[in-house]
Amino acid sequence: MDFGSINPVLLIASLMVASTPILLAAIGELVVERSGVLNLGVEGMMIVGAVSGFIVTVETQSPALGFVAGALGATLLSLVFGVLTLVFLSNQVATGLGLTLFGLGISALMGQEYAQLRTPTSPRWEFFGLNELPVIGPILFNQHPVVYLSLLLVVGVWWFLKTTRSGMILRAVGENHDAAHSLGYSVLGTRFAAIAFGGACAGLGGAFLSLVIVPQWTDGMTAGRGWIALAIVVFASWRAWRVLLGAYLFGGISVLQLNLQAAGFAIPVELLSMSPYLITILVLVIISSGRGRTGGQAPASLGRSFHASG
Amino acid sequence: MTTPLLRIDGLTKAYPGVVANDDVSFSIGRGAVHALLGENGAGKSTLVKMVYGLVRPDSGAMTFEGKPFAPNNPQEARASGIAMVFQHFSLFEALDVAENVALGMENPPPMRALAARIREVSETYGLPLTPERLVGDLSAGERQRVEIIRCLLQDPQLLIMDEPTSVLTPQEVEILFETLRKLQSEGTSILYISHKLEEIRALCDSATILRLGKVVGSADPKTTSAGELAAMMVGQELKVPTARDHTLGDVALEIKDLSVASPGAFGTSLRNVSLSLRKGEVLGIGGVAGNGQDELLGALSGEIRAPAASILLEGDRIGQLGPVARRGLGLLAAPEERLGHAAAPGMSLIENGALSGWLRRDLVSRKLVDWKKARTFAEEIIETFDVRTPGPGVAARALSGGNLQKFVVGREILQKPDVFIVNQPTWGVDASAAAAIRQALLDLAAKGAAVLVISQDLDELMEISTSFAALNEGRLSPVRSAEGLTVEEIGLMMGGAHGMEVAHV
Repeated sequence: MDFGSINPVLLIASLMVASTPILLAAIGELVVERSGVLNLGVEGMMIVGAVSGFIVTVETQSPALGFVAGALGATLLSLVFGVLTLVFLSNQVATGLGLTLFGLGISALMGQEYAQLRTPTSPRWEFFGLNELPVIGPILFNQHPVVYLSLLLVVGVWWFLKTTRSGMILRAVGENHDAAHSLGYSVLGTRFAAIAFGGACAGLGGAFLSLVIVPQWTDGMTAGRGWIALAIVVFASWRAWRVLLGAYLFGGISVLQLNLQAAGFAIPVELLSMSPYLITILVLVIISSGRGRTGGQAPASLGRSFHASG
Repeated sequence: MTTPLLRIDGLTKAYPGVVANDDVSFSIGRGAVHALLGENGAGKSTLVKMVYGLVRPDSGAMTFEGKPFAPNNPQEARASGIAMVFQHFSLFEALDVAENVALGMENPPPMRALAARIREVSETYGLPLTPERLVGDLSAGERQRVEIIRCLLQDPQLLIMDEPTSVLTPQEVEILFETLRKLQSEGTSILYISHKLEEIRALCDSATILRLGKVVGSADPKTTSAGELAAMMVGQELKVPTARDHTLGDVALEIKDLSVASPGAFGTSLRNVSLSLRKGEVLGIGGVAGNGQDELLGALSGEIRAPAASILLEGDRIGQLGPVARRGLGLLAAPEERLGHAAAPGMSLIENGALSGWLRRDLVSRKLVDWKKARTFAEEIIETFDVRTPGPGVAARALSGGNLQKFVVGREILQKPDVFIVNQPTWGVDASAAAAIRQALLDLAAKGAAVLVISQDLDELMEISTSFAALNEGRLSPVRSAEGLTVEEIGLMMGGAHGMEVAHV
């Protein structure tokens, strides 16, 4: 069922790949914001993850180690943010922006000598031939392990926030940090953990970009994906499932518009290029505009510094 | 004499620049209701925070059930059998009742079992609650039930209650007291913090009085008069505000069939509110928080627009006018929330004065602020209303609640309003500052202004009002003369006990 030269099965399979970095970064940032911290450094953490993962993979020839290194590198950077905003009570917005600039700079420095290199490709899973099935084979059973991991994380985050006690405490800290403190919960501990998780996710997303999607290292290769991830978290009204929808919608339209460009449709290229941003934001705004129970409500303590008084 | 449940010995806690508690000692017996009495800033909250493990004392010791007791955090205090109902609720609006309860427990059962327990316990104590509802949708009284149920589910030996009745109707207070007496009969000790003397006399067996961080005495509240307790608490005889005799003038403000939707997701809409306010009159509007008070103030100040003909100022239709236009016509308002609504926390007193007074005090010329005049205006407020501050350049948030309240009320009064609307004029303000503010309102009325006071403090309304009405779920009761009105009648006007019943066992 081709229309023109576009094969919908391949389109879906490749949109899942293209969306994964954004999905990973967004689901991490969702947890961070649910704990009441606004970390605008997603872009910086992603690119540090991308360069760390790439360097380690080149040196060890092991993509698995590369992914671990990507996550660790970005976590380290996110903890810098944590110390500055939580301990020294610096402004979260300014610190987050600084983190992005710092990440872009240091990644360029670290990656200088790796620009022309290639890494070994990491294989996709094939599930004992299930990938040979028509239609669902390429979509469900022939993806990179990290794609599955990203989907697991969405389910995991949703489940964690909804049912576990730790998840409830995290939401409580994001909702009213003074009350959480007076009940004896560690506001700083919870937020540090959330920030580190957000960093690891962003780093993983960055590494996926430099190891699987592109796969090579170029300066500034995240190209604004971190910002899109941030926007998706807000427009998804801080809900895990909507983050998945938003990320896949964005990735899907990105892939589709490239295909449309290649197929030579008579739509100006500029319009096609901007379409993913426009449509994703439009759809998520429409979803979140309904005033449901807590629909569209930001965590009440989001972006506010906490200082235990008295 | 058995050993007391909790003994406090020489507890001291100092913060930079202030000693919050200085060598405080007292003890609470088993099954006793002990009152901790004092003005705002006397150190009551710091003291109970030390008992609850939120603050570590600098020196001194506590004994609980005969054993040394030094909780490092609230979890340890809860594990020992201490539970606390906070004054500013420690609740999470976007979470439901069951989740809020679970957050205050050490080992909560699974959610479904917990919901059943909440239903059961709330039934038993006559405090009905629906576990699935969002706390943000609950009234203040219902929110307090959540806090109390959270404590009761842990079978505490000592229940600390920090100013629990400030948000309840008289009938609800009575039912709360029934619940507390029942707990007492089951052997639970209660540490009851308040500055409301009559409540303490009705409920407590013993009282410790704090002033400026020190214990200034103890008393048996059943035999000590409210006046004596007040004198110990304040350290001086209280001046009771007095109204000067004056006659009422013509109608200044009239509200006709006013209905407006609440702008907030968790607010109460006003429904068919009508009243008329005469010059020289002080109309008190009572009611439990969250029954439309904020909306009424907003509709009158101009923050919420209403149909033009529903609000008449001296016969002119002003429902569609904004706050600045209404200020120009002589209708001024002081909202409830000091920090954030009435004053900008980060701005200086000069700036805060100018933000409200620029029009009527002529502080702006050719679009430029005349800072000299603005400073004079702020200094005038500070002097007239005895605002304790190092100077007018200090940020609003640096002032204590009482002082800032004097400032924001004084700021409007000095603009010589013809009609003055004020919401919660003395909330969280110590007794002497409250008396000063009330006196200022009476003086304003005596000069011929029409004053409308929205308050949840019934004693305050009884003290200064010439007439009274109550808000209940956005509806206003008929206005009655305040003379001869009893607390019971007021309670019924406020809607009685909202779905509460007396404890069943």
